[in-house]
Amino acid sequence: MTEFDVSIIIAGVIAGAAPIVLAAIGETITEKAGLINLSLDGSILLAAMASFVVALKADSLLAGFVAGALVGAAVAAAVAVFSIFLRQNQVAVGFVLTLMTRDLAYFLGNPYSRLQGPQTALAPIPGLDQIPFLGPVLFNHPLPVYFSVVLIGICCWYVYQTSPGLKLRAVGENPQAAYARGINPWKVQLLYAVCGGLLVGLSGATFSLCTKPGWGRPQGAEGTGWIALALVIFGGWHPLKAAVGAYLFAFLQLMGIYFQGWLPTVPAQVFQVAPFPLMIFTLLVMSMAQNESVRRWAAQRGRATALLRFLSGMAPAALGRPFRPD
Amino acid sequence: MVSNDSAGHLIILPQLREVLLTVVVVFVFTSLLLIVSGAPPLEAYYHLFLGSLSSWVKFTHVVKVWIPLTLCACGLLFTFRIGLWNIGVEGQVMIGSMFTTWALRAGVDSPDMGPVFIVLSLAASALGGALWAAVAGFLKTKGGVNEIFAGLGLNFVAQGIVLWLIFGPWKQPGVASMSGTETFPTALWLNAPALLRIPPVALALVVAALVATGLMLRYTRIGLDLKAVGRNPSAAFLYGLKPSRLMVLAMLFGGGFAGFAGNLQVTAVYHRLIPAISSNYGYLALLVVMLANFNIWLVAPVAFFFACLNVGSIQLPMMLQLDSSLGGVIQGALVLATLGMHGWRRIKLTQA
Repeated sequence: MTEFDVSIIIAGVIAGAAPIVLAAIGETITEKAGLINLSLDGSILLAAMASFVVALKADSLLAGFVAGALVGAAVAAAVAVFSIFLRQNQVAVGFVLTLMTRDLAYFLGNPYSRLQGPQTALAPIPGLDQIPFLGPVLFNHPLPVYFSVVLIGICCWYVYQTSPGLKLRAVGENPQAAYARGINPWKVQLLYAVCGGLLVGLSGATFSLCTKPGWGRPQGAEGTGWIALALVIFGGWHPLKAAVGAYLFAFLQLMGIYFQGWLPTVPAQVFQVAPFPLMIFTLLVMSMAQNESVRRWAAQRGRATALLRFLSGMAPAALGRPFRPD
Repeated sequence: MVSNDSAGHLIILPQLREVLLTVVVVFVFTSLLLIVSGAPPLEAYYHLFLGSLSSWVKFTHVVKVWIPLTLCACGLLFTFRIGLWNIGVEGQVMIGSMFTTWALRAGVDSPDMGPVFIVLSLAASALGGALWAAVAGFLKTKGGVNEIFAGLGLNFVAQGIVLWLIFGPWKQPGVASMSGTETFPTALWLNAPALLRIPPVALALVVAALVATGLMLRYTRIGLDLKAVGRNPSAAFLYGLKPSRLMVLAMLFGGGFAGFAGNLQVTAVYHRLIPAISSNYGYLALLVVMLANFNIWLVAPVAFFFACLNVGSIQLPMMLQLDSSLGGVIQGALVLATLGMHGWRRIKLTQA
């Protein structure tokens, strides 16, 4: 493999992973606050449809991205309102919304299927894109791809280094204590559900306006929401690790084309499944790491310890258990 | 869910009002959607009706959707009773279909033994579905893995296995394709009388499932134990029940029924294994049970209504150039509105 090939592959991974990174980070933020937004797979599609249609009708990419973000935020807000104020099971609501928003996207988007629409152009960063190797790998992408990379840093900084980030984690870990300290857990959860939803919506917009331009049934974004949900767990609820998972997945997808050459009997769809056994395995290891005897066993073995440490994330303690002030 | 206060008969009336309100809300919502899409709402509803109930043939199509949906929903009643979110039904249906195909493949060369292999395939499908559900059950009870994520993950793994079989070991002679494995000889089909058009075996199976589920949950020790753990796991444990064993047991039942649904998809509907063999019925069954409010008496009619929507909306692209997903939108809107109504009632109760 020449250096040229490597740079194309890495650039392809960074670009292809952009919508997955956006969705995984959005969901990480929401889950950090203790709320599960299970509706991702449908809301990404609905946002993708809305942004494509708006961008086409208004002939404005910006309007398209805004529309997509708002749709994602609206669906997330619905999950939060049903869970927090109507006291319904958030998994149930999220699940219903997954199926419903997907069907809604196909239904409303039907007249716009297979139309030629606007799409984001490459925006090479002047000067930097001329650097050998790094230029084409990092600095010759459309804007949403840059955004997805920068977002990882912003999100890590916000969640772990700022005061609002501390509040966010406090609500996800122990809403009772946060409440006692004068934080309103409901407001915080609603806020970060909407913030996460905005990013999930942008993920959909990035699909239909950038990564897989256009609308149709299927669009090509199907399944991404479930993968993003799996990556949040794989990443142990850490935005950086979730993003690493997204890049790993995009790499596997790209390599699927090569695998297909080596194992022609295995259809490409089988490789799509890879994140899910990994997710189960991660959850299993995380749970076992809580067990004293497992930890003692691993202490004797360097590799097992390394594995435990790598997958050592813990779910926010109050994840999925809505706060009730009584 | 019916409160037993002194004026018990009065409770029914507000509930009826809530149901009516839900229907009105969903009706207005869907009609608005149709108007936005430039379609006349009443005509669309009429086509939904025509497409599902206007002839015997269409009615039999509806029943063929109703049967697997009801079977999955019966299984879900067991798992919901103990408080488990068995989102893995979809995968359990697929593994049921896979085990069915596996059993029937053994019978391809002995056509006169058809019924024997069909019976074998029924047993195999229940076993397969139950095994797949047990994986999620043990991951939950022994591995500490949330059943929602385990079930979801296993759905995708099951889909991967089915695709691999269709394109690999079980591919059609010549070229493998998304159209599935080779069609089985008619000796291995669940046959239906020409007039009825629905295999009586399938009907018997679904009726038996409904009766068995109802009786078991209502009158047997297992049903009571499941409910006890579902309501209060720690109290049930103190009382000497073993929540983890009961959870796995509930999953076995849930998976077994889903496996039967998978069997009928092969023996009565497609007569081969296709990539989309589960037709999303596993996911849809979750909506059915939620809309039925976990009440077995409502499961069959709700599943029937959902089946009508599924079959009726197939007409929409031809007749009105609408996407057939309208049925799914109505189903989702109904469940969402019902959940909202439940929440609203609770708010009013706490304020009162």
